[in-house]
Amino acid sequence: MLHIKCPYCGMRSQNEFAYGGDATVKRPELNKEVSDEEWNKFVYLRKSPRGKHLELWHHISGCRQWFKVQRDTITHEIFKTAEISEDI
Amino acid sequence: MSQNYRLDKVGLINRGKKISFKFNGKKYFGYEGDTLASALIANGVHLVGRSFKYHRPRGFFGVGADEPYAIVQLYRNGETDPNCRATEQELFDGLEAKSVNCWPSVNFDIGAINNFLNRFFPAGFYYKTFMWPKSFWYKVYEPFIRRAAGFGVASTKHDKERYEHKYEYCDLLVAGSGPSGLASAYAASKNGAKIILAEDKPRFGGSLLTSEANIGNQSGKEWVDKIIAELKEMPNVIVKNRAQVFGYYDHNMLVMTERINDHLPKSKKYSPKQRLWYIRAKEAVISSGSIERPIVFGNNDTPGVVLASAAREYLKVYGVLVGKKPLIFTNNDSAYETAIEFKKNGVWPIVLDTRSNPDSETINEAKSMGINIKFSHVVIAAKGYKKVKSAEIAKISKDKKDLGKIENIECDCICVSGFWTPTIHLASQSGNKTKFNENIDAFIPDKVKQKETTLGSANGIFTLEETLKTSFEAGYEISKKITNKENKITAPQVSEKKQVKHDKFWCVPLPKNKTYKRFLDFQNDVVVTDVELALREGYRSIEHVKRYTTLGMATDQGKTSNLNGLQLVSNIENKIIPAVGHTTFRPPYTPVTIGAIVGREVGKHSKPTRKSPMHLWHEKHDAVFVDAGVWLRPRYYKQGNEGLFEASRREAENVRKNVGVCDVTTLGKIDIKGPDAAELLNRVYTNAWLKLPVGKARYGVMLREDGIVMDDGTTTRISENHYHMTTTTAQAANVLSHLEYYLQIVWPELNVNVVSTTEQWAGAAIAGPNSRKLLQKLFSNMDVSNQGLPFMGYVEGNLFGVYARIFRISFSGELAYEVNVESDNGNFMWEKIIEAGKEFDIQPYGTEALSTLRIEMGHVAGSELDGRTIPYDTGLQGMVSQKKDFIGKRSLNREAFIAGDRQKVVGVVPLDKKTSIPEGSQLVKDANAKLPNPKLGHISASCWSVEYNNPFSLAIIKDGKNMIGQKLFALSPLKNKSIPVEIVSSHYVDPKGERVRS
Repeated sequence: MLHIKCPYCGMRSQNEFAYGGDATVKRPELNKEVSDEEWNKFVYLRKSPRGKHLELWHHISGCRQWFKVQRDTITHEIFKTAEISEDI
Repeated sequence: MSQNYRLDKVGLINRGKKISFKFNGKKYFGYEGDTLASALIANGVHLVGRSFKYHRPRGFFGVGADEPYAIVQLYRNGETDPNCRATEQELFDGLEAKSVNCWPSVNFDIGAINNFLNRFFPAGFYYKTFMWPKSFWYKVYEPFIRRAAGFGVASTKHDKERYEHKYEYCDLLVAGSGPSGLASAYAASKNGAKIILAEDKPRFGGSLLTSEANIGNQSGKEWVDKIIAELKEMPNVIVKNRAQVFGYYDHNMLVMTERINDHLPKSKKYSPKQRLWYIRAKEAVISSGSIERPIVFGNNDTPGVVLASAAREYLKVYGVLVGKKPLIFTNNDSAYETAIEFKKNGVWPIVLDTRSNPDSETINEAKSMGINIKFSHVVIAAKGYKKVKSAEIAKISKDKKDLGKIENIECDCICVSGFWTPTIHLASQSGNKTKFNENIDAFIPDKVKQKETTLGSANGIFTLEETLKTSFEAGYEISKKITNKENKITAPQVSEKKQVKHDKFWCVPLPKNKTYKRFLDFQNDVVVTDVELALREGYRSIEHVKRYTTLGMATDQGKTSNLNGLQLVSNIENKIIPAVGHTTFRPPYTPVTIGAIVGREVGKHSKPTRKSPMHLWHEKHDAVFVDAGVWLRPRYYKQGNEGLFEASRREAENVRKNVGVCDVTTLGKIDIKGPDAAELLNRVYTNAWLKLPVGKARYGVMLREDGIVMDDGTTTRISENHYHMTTTTAQAANVLSHLEYYLQIVWPELNVNVVSTTEQWAGAAIAGPNSRKLLQKLFSNMDVSNQGLPFMGYVEGNLFGVYARIFRISFSGELAYEVNVESDNGNFMWEKIIEAGKEFDIQPYGTEALSTLRIEMGHVAGSELDGRTIPYDTGLQGMVSQKKDFIGKRSLNREAFIAGDRQKVVGVVPLDKKTSIPEGSQLVKDANAKLPNPKLGHISASCWSVEYNNPFSLAIIKDGKNMIGQKLFALSPLKNKSIPVEIVSSHYVDPKGERVRS
């Protein structure tokens, strides 16, 4: 079980959190022309990197904040966690 | 029966307390402090079971967790446990155990015929045989395998015992209380670290309990007792025996089972049988020791063949002789300690040493005691069926290829030692890659992956002096990193006998014309020829060889077999062992009971139960409940002999005719506040929200980004910047996460706050033509007329002194209202409604009537919004704004979603107007068409229409409305039904929606 540092609450066990997918995905702006290809990429296509991955987690059984986690997908090492507005 | 193999004085058992137990129905005695294994051996019982495949007689091989065969079915306090190792099960008064894998009895086992049919049971037998004919699988092979497989029978009764989980944090977890564990725990605790010391066995000390070495001026045992007593007194130390650390998981999470009551006839009051510890340790010390490995020879599975270290432990800890004419077969010095121990207790052993002329302190001591030692000798085969009676031995040439003349010598046990294998399971589970150490012919941990340190013989260090020195040092260094303190204690002086190098010999060659089975894996009956065959058939990877032959599988996970298997593969393949590699070690190290894994989360505690504030009232009025997610909701209120069908029909009819009240507390509720709240709703819902006035509710549909309907519900504008959103019961948590995601990540510029208020409000839906009259009675000062409170209107009111929110919304399609009060007032509200409603013939209605009412109105719900449908499929096209953007809108233009023949929601009526159509039935053109019969759609929800008094269903069907008027068949192969039906409009009752606006 992972041990994750919520930027707001500190170190907590994985079972307090929900995984939220790739943190680098950007939703196309509202009311903007979006090509089929671009929309398809946004909705469906995700990389499955070996190694460092920037991802979203949600502290559902805690402060209910979404935040960013940089994690190694092989070793599960967590290098850094940050608030959404911060850059990793 | 008397304990013929028990010594008078030696051992750590309590001879003052005699304990009676039963094995295979026969009564025996042992002493307090015995294991089932030691007590049976004391009574001369060596036959405990039959082997897995060949049903050969099996006895005891080890003395603890390494035991491959002494597995029994245990009976304790009216309950039974399979797969118990007799070597670990402590004796208690009234213990009963039975052999497994044998029928009709362990002494006469019919399955033993497999032993003679063994050429039909080679490696991969199952894969080769059970492949064909295909039709045999279900009826012949599977039942056969199921009967043959496993060690014992799981109880089918509910387990009365309690199991608990515990979460703990510490600076240092020490797994194993042998010399390295004690030393590191002691040094670290003295330096202020918070420690958990875990020992699998009941007694602390590991190898020190059987060692002759002295620490300072104390014996090993005395030193252990002193250190443990001191550790137990320290506030920063938790000391646990009967506690096995079985798994090393991510981020230094280690899991341990503590057997709290397994050694007692029944569990103490208020005390769990076992406790599972989740331990998050800043650092872990793996001091799990090492397991002696066997030398492979003919019939080396015969009862009476034991590990030399096990024989020593039975003797020194339990005062039990595994035999009175022991033969000791070794390639190293440590087995001499067993020989010396036998001799000290008046039993003359014979030692066979594969080495030609080793010279060490230990050997010299044995020699000086007059022990008969034969160098360059090997055991070729054990003789005897149910117990060793003699052994064939011979001299072996220097190159270990040629055997001399075979001699037969009498013996009643063979104590075998092929040197030691470090127990690297935990280190390997942690992610450590491990490396092969040539000096000890075994793997040891290599580069540390997590925060673990492996010490002592688990790390390949086999002298006590070196172990204590490095472990004291490690304990200090690890603790210093954490506590920043520098209280160092030095390791005590050790006096131990020097040993010389072991012989790399591990398998005795077969003499010419002999076909003895030589076992590599004792639990799974894997013999040398099985591995040879697997390699001949082309299996190369050690992982494949393992699965093909089952070498190293099952409950002992190859603790005694792995390395010899690797040796064999490396010999045949002519590769060095590190090039062969080893299979992956996976948790658990020893079997863990299902009870311990689930803990308290059993039965009704397996998930939380949520009840509305009106729950007691429902109970008192004969509600029959149904699970709705984790909520309990009344399904119907039983009157007299009514069943589900009659009751729900009565309740639904009463709503259509008079008035009904339904508990809708479970609906998800989200409070939305902030200047940008309207903008958020406008982006989240498919319809327009910017112009909703204060005091009005609106129905909304929200999509996922892929265009699929996520949820629906009404949202009400309470005040300028304050909205009350409702969600379906099932999606409440997901919708909240969804809103938080967009507010926190995608549109952080929106100034809005959302919070769940599901549990803050109790809700009652009042529905039916009499509902306005009832509402007027409840809120006498309020204008509840169609003008005062129009459809989708909202007002706040005073319900006999209690604040209430009144929404004019309807799920039933009737004139209806929903009243919300604070949860604490829920029951008060409910009773007032029932009381005031009497004169209007009010009846409560449950979820079944609720479904009936919505189905015949054609209102879609979870069974239509099933994660595959978009708004256009479910008759919600009017809800989709073309003027603004919203979540998921872009997806609605995708090719597949605008295709004309998409499946859409329609109504279905059986032609005979009598036969109910099972939900999930398939709609087809021709009931008798050849399979696969083309499917046009499926029945999503069914009810008995109270309006028309006939069955009515909703269906999702290809080409939707264009199908109306068609005659089709609804097929339910599960219920064996074929029903002629007609497709009709989904709006079966009040298609214009006049009632809700009346």
